[in-house]
Amino acid sequence: MGALWYRIGPVITVVIAIFVLWYAGSVALNSAWAYDKAKRAGVELTTSELIADTLSQEKPKLPAPHQVGREIWKTTGEMVAKGRAFSKRSLIYHSWITLSSTLLGFVMGTALGIALAVGIVYNRTMDMSVMPWVIASQTIPILAIAPMIIVVLNAIGISGLLPKAVISMYLSFFPVVVGMVKGLRSPGKMQLDQMKTWNASGGQEFWKLRLPSSMPFLFTSLKVAMAASLVGAIVGELPTGAVAGLGARLLAGSYYGQTIQIWSALITAAALAACLVGIIGMIQKAVLKRMGMA
Amino acid sequence: MSDTTVISAKNLSLTFETNDGPVHALKDVNLEINKGDFVSFIGPSGCGKTTFLRVMADLEQPTAGEITVNGVSPAEARKARAYGYVFQHAGLYPWRTIGGNIRLPLEIMGVSKAEQERSVKEVLDLVHLEGFEKKFPWQLSGGMQQRASIARALAFHADILLMDEPFGALDEIVRDHLNEQVLDLWARTNKTIGFVTHSIPEAVYLSTKIVVMSPRPGRITDVIESTLPKERPLDIRDSPEFIEIAHRVRDGLRAGHGDDV
Repeated sequence: MGALWYRIGPVITVVIAIFVLWYAGSVALNSAWAYDKAKRAGVELTTSELIADTLSQEKPKLPAPHQVGREIWKTTGEMVAKGRAFSKRSLIYHSWITLSSTLLGFVMGTALGIALAVGIVYNRTMDMSVMPWVIASQTIPILAIAPMIIVVLNAIGISGLLPKAVISMYLSFFPVVVGMVKGLRSPGKMQLDQMKTWNASGGQEFWKLRLPSSMPFLFTSLKVAMAASLVGAIVGELPTGAVAGLGARLLAGSYYGQTIQIWSALITAAALAACLVGIIGMIQKAVLKRMGMA
Repeated sequence: MSDTTVISAKNLSLTFETNDGPVHALKDVNLEINKGDFVSFIGPSGCGKTTFLRVMADLEQPTAGEITVNGVSPAEARKARAYGYVFQHAGLYPWRTIGGNIRLPLEIMGVSKAEQERSVKEVLDLVHLEGFEKKFPWQLSGGMQQRASIARALAFHADILLMDEPFGALDEIVRDHLNEQVLDLWARTNKTIGFVTHSIPEAVYLSTKIVVMSPRPGRITDVIESTLPKERPLDIRDSPEFIEIAHRVRDGLRAGHGDDV
């Protein structure tokens, strides 16, 4: 029990603290509307009536956790039970849409990031010129450039999954470039000299020394890239007219003031990101342990 | 230059240009190393002993003078894989087993799988690490890791073995043990060995030729041909002959150092 508490105790404490603050916030933010209603109806509210009202409004400023939880259940578990898991009203359907472009964008971003990093490490011209552009690309607000990407790609006949994945790629290649440049340069002078004494070719040096040495850096970058990729996918869903995906749910929710729907999409997105980053973390642990680097 | 000369340096100089002006790492160095010699380079830090070894290995380029390894330039000798180089730290790859680490240069050189296996077995036996082939570096002590790195340098059967303070990071007891093993290895393989150290007993115990160097500029102040027999038990270090040579090394070091100390 003691050992178990030592491991999960801090986590549970933080979760409880978040719930307490969340409920307190709900009561505080939603009370104005509750008073308003009571005044118009000409009744006085007791404290317990006030609290009950703030936690059960239809369009609260800040929905209470149980309201969000019920909404998520209604749009996931219940839909599954009814055999309509992939109906357009199901969060599973929307999550899947977002997940697919997140993953495609993540793979594309990782490939682009590694390719650029290899170029920067092995080519002097790229070393001197690429990095400023890479950094500049990230200073442009993604909200500004996302619609441009959609429009431009649409003009050349590309629509659907790919434009959203491109936006994900745009955000996710950056941490991979930065991490991999550092990782590929992590072998020390001694290790490079050693390769030279064996008269190793550039390719052998890359595959046998630089690439394996960069693994800890790669995995750290991949975690950041995955989270960025999800943000990219959600942002990419906004300018397409809120057709499908978690981004579409957010936008539709804000059109109609459906705060509970917005929050349930937000929480789902966060949970999705946590799962994806967690999976990379597990692969990282297994791989680095096998490589004797963890 | 006789036909048994392996390494020959004539008026060799190497000057590093730094922001604080030129640093003369080596100045007018002359030396001949014959086949089968065990040559130690000893001197205080900054005397150019490591730089000299690195020039032989084509890891640094001399700014003046001539040097040949096996009768050709160091670059050609390196490309012909004429030498194995042991660095101060073992530098084993953590993601490879001991066997895998020793196979690394063989893979790079395109040696056949069967030949790789044979070589790995052979050199593990030479450094007394039989049975450790499947272990990972972290499972071995520092001394054993350094032995594995020596095995790796031996794996491709180069005639020259260059060692840059290979035991500098190890404690005295392990060091004594490894010194014995290196002598044993040298006797069994008849390689030409260049060995950088800052330990007088180590240099005297191991070498047939001791090169004493001094700094600013890096130069050779004395070359001592050892009169010790080839067969050297550890307690030879208490013999008058050993002490005599050690004394001469110490004198050479002091003379070269001037009033700096």
